[in-house]
Amino acid sequence: MSTLRLPRAVYAALRAHGEETYPHECCGALLGLPVEDGWQVTAAVRAGNTRTDSAHNRYQISPAELVKIEREARRQSLEIAGFYHSHPDHPAQWSATDFAEAHWLGCCYVITEVAQGTAAVTNSFFLAGTTEEDKRYEPQPIAIEEPRE
Amino acid sequence: MTIFIPTPLRSYVGGKNAVEIEAATVASALAQLTAAHPDLRRHLFNDEGKVRAFVNLYLNDEDVRYLPAKEETAVSATDTLSIIPSIAGGSPFMPCGER
Repeated sequence: MSTLRLPRAVYAALRAHGEETYPHECCGALLGLPVEDGWQVTAAVRAGNTRTDSAHNRYQISPAELVKIEREARRQSLEIAGFYHSHPDHPAQWSATDFAEAHWLGCCYVITEVAQGTAAVTNSFFLAGTTEEDKRYEPQPIAIEEPRE
Repeated sequence: MTIFIPTPLRSYVGGKNAVEIEAATVASALAQLTAAHPDLRRHLFNDEGKVRAFVNLYLNDEDVRYLPAKEETAVSATDTLSIIPSIAGGSPFMPCGER
């Protein structure tokens, strides 16, 4: 099973982002490298939510911003490992919309429930499969790495 | 030109994050890319041979969809083409008053 390895600071940062944008959804990208058992993420990059028409229950990252994020990842010799977003006052479970709009096979999709403005549960789902036709979300353990003393 | 390959498609080009192609237009660059790496084709194009709706193509910083000549836009050796699958989603819809 794939594991998402997240430094504590990155985990805290993506949850804080969801609290800051509440009651709207936040979104961003996770940069890192593939490791034997999944992804080692080293940074979260905040992105704007272009779905200003329905930001409380929809998110979208503009492709132009994604191009810049990927360029920065390459500059740091990192890859886009996945994405994160929040579900204001909804569980941290993927929705039909999340699944239909998920196209980054082999990447991590992290969802944080933000309940009444406070980050609650954070889950990760690995987008498994090899094509649009056989893709599926698999629950993905999050291994939070504490800073070294 | 340089074509940047997104994370999900790198396994189809030998794990590389970029591929160098000599081509005159965006369309011919994509044709050469998929000729050299046939397994990429179904990920980039639908059954009608059109670029899939969720696949964004950026020539340098410009969305190819909005260029006057679109995929027939001429390219040079120093241009870059980014293939970027879209990112979107959201929580289940709840009518007003039920939240």
